[in-house]
Amino acid sequence: MKSAESSFADRLLGRVRLTGLLSLAAPLLAIVFAGLITSVVLLVSGDPPLETLGVMADYGTQPRSIVLMLNYATTYYLSAVAVAIGFRMNLFNIGVDGQYRLAALVAAAVGGAVTLPAPLHIALILLVAMLVGAGWASIAGLLKVKRGVSEVISTIMLNAIATALGAWLLNKERLAVEVAGSNNIGTKPIPESGRVAGMAIIPGTEAKVFGLIILAVVVGVGYHVLLSRTRFGFDLRATGRSESAAVASGVNVKKMVVTAMILSGAAAGLIGMPQLLGSSYSYSLDFPTGLGFTGIAIALLGRNHPVGIAFGALLWAFLDTSSSILQLHEISPEIVAIMQGTIVLSVIIAYELVHRYQITAEQRRVSKELAGGTPPRVEGASA
Amino acid sequence: MLQNRFGRLAATALAGGMLMGAAACGGGEEPTTSASPTGGATSAATSGSGAKVGLAYDIGGRGDQSFNDAAAAGLDKAKAELGLAETKELEAGSGETEAAKEERLRLLAQGGFNPIIAVGFAYSGPLKKVATEFPDVKFAIVDDEAATGPNISNLVFAEHEGSFLVGAAAALKSTKNHVGFVGGVEVPLIKKFEAGFVAGAKAVKSDIKVDVKYLTQPPDFAGFADPAKGKTAAEGMFDAGADVVYHAAGGSGGGVFEAAKAAKGWAIGVDSDQAKTAAADVQSVVMTSMIKKVDVAVFDFLKSAAAGSAKAGTTVYDLKAGGVDYSTTGGQVDDIKAKLDEYKQKVVSGEITVPKE
Repeated sequence: MKSAESSFADRLLGRVRLTGLLSLAAPLLAIVFAGLITSVVLLVSGDPPLETLGVMADYGTQPRSIVLMLNYATTYYLSAVAVAIGFRMNLFNIGVDGQYRLAALVAAAVGGAVTLPAPLHIALILLVAMLVGAGWASIAGLLKVKRGVSEVISTIMLNAIATALGAWLLNKERLAVEVAGSNNIGTKPIPESGRVAGMAIIPGTEAKVFGLIILAVVVGVGYHVLLSRTRFGFDLRATGRSESAAVASGVNVKKMVVTAMILSGAAAGLIGMPQLLGSSYSYSLDFPTGLGFTGIAIALLGRNHPVGIAFGALLWAFLDTSSSILQLHEISPEIVAIMQGTIVLSVIIAYELVHRYQITAEQRRVSKELAGGTPPRVEGASA
Repeated sequence: MLQNRFGRLAATALAGGMLMGAAACGGGEEPTTSASPTGGATSAATSGSGAKVGLAYDIGGRGDQSFNDAAAAGLDKAKAELGLAETKELEAGSGETEAAKEERLRLLAQGGFNPIIAVGFAYSGPLKKVATEFPDVKFAIVDDEAATGPNISNLVFAEHEGSFLVGAAAALKSTKNHVGFVGGVEVPLIKKFEAGFVAGAKAVKSDIKVDVKYLTQPPDFAGFADPAKGKTAAEGMFDAGADVVYHAAGGSGGGVFEAAKAAKGWAIGVDSDQAKTAAADVQSVVMTSMIKKVDVAVFDFLKSAAAGSAKAGTTVYDLKAGGVDYSTTGGQVDDIKAKLDEYKQKVVSGEITVPKE
């Protein structure tokens, strides 16, 4: 795995990692870059950069904001992991958005229709969500292996179909009930036994952190173990790096594609669960949308690493949380979206620059050693 | 390999940590200028003597030429006439959670804004929670009756009644016995417009053909802001033989007007008097508009709140109360005005009950 042989995509998706001091240089560069661009944007729009960041930091560190941030980060994390599973195998699952929306709708309807003892009820809802997400994603996987349809195209189209299907299902004649006196419409609320109580773990506020934050942690650990500690994870990473090499070493690539899509979809199915079981209790017209696309950005930001994604999700959540306070100070909340985009770009560019520097530095070293007549140092096991 | 993995873990961890740190540092360097939400809002300059009013919009906010703008107009009028000390308008992001809406309302309440108006049914749940936390603050919500409390005023409209009248107008004006309805997004609220329109048209001519088309399905709310979609849908109806098309599609309505102009047909506007507010070159095709007086509701609420007499519970702005109506700008419906007013009387007196769905 010589870094000189890696492609841009490999570096982008974190399949090749930096070593030594350079691994510190990349994030540093990203911070400087993101800070500069954001400051310029703020200056151009007529807001003082330091003051703006001050307002955001001040608000973002209040206990209630921290709770909000953790809650946002929980869903973002699940979404990013769902995307990352595909990324590690070179599968671009753009359909996470449709997968989680459909999964949340069906799971909410099932959860509202049955009454079971609490742990079973919650487990059933989570299981249904995972099955629906996995099932919807598997369509794209099967299309890819059977018909050679690019998963990018099929998942985007499946998003649109999921929207239409969701609208058809969310109807009074099918899964929905009317909310009295409101112009909203939603599934039957999930009874007490299917809800997950929040945890008041942040001192100084009554606001509660989603109980299912634990689910996010479990999914993160599972993602790490699956990829790094199992034969399947090795095969998946190997297929992602080089399909032909994987085939040569006996990996059934078609099976891997379908399995990876199913896993990605199952994780996607969980995205809506913290919100559904911890706050909404019903899938209605105002259920959050677009989380699947946020997940793509965060997976890139965290370079598909379980811990990196967690930081990415927290950072994203912090920015989202503070957008309300910006409006109160007459600063356009769109600034937050610009910051988020800038950060993703900076991270990608910074890492790419440092990677390239590492490659040229290595080449220079090798050529110097060759010219000097000394045999090049044998690459360590780490390379 | 192990070393490698540790390295990248440390790197990614650091990347996130430092980005977070960078944001936090900004606050540290400038301690004098950073302000807590409460402090920041209360220290803001107070220009008038009246109340500080907070307004929370749903997606779109001020400038959508439709629903939100109507609320903004009510606020502007109140600002001018009631001498409000300060107004603050916050706007929702797309696809956000209820928690974000709740936080928006809470920030306003903490900032000393009273009364606070939430525009749109999506604020129902969040408003109820925040209103319980701030019993001394007066709240109002537009388009929702589900959130109730001693300090919540619900401002709702009888959209179906107004739509009934323009439905009757469409049928009276149609020479081809064929009219159309373009809905922005297929949600219960817009279905009320459709139901009223169809009932009104059928009341005039029971055998009239009514085409119905919704631009998008929830959760895709693009149908309220996509003139191209509106134009395509309306073109289809005019091509199929309709000669009057009513839209309840917010910003997409502009496309409906363009299609009407191209087909030399009539269009019917919605929410505000669109023969005045639509783009200048298409104002002439707007036969009439179903006016939903959100501005009046907002102003009335602010006025009574200023007088200390804000009424909790539901206020229905129906045909009887003048909350919905049809417009006569341009004089296109002058010839049928007598008949329309007759229908209006029948609805007001209860002789005709307009279906909501």
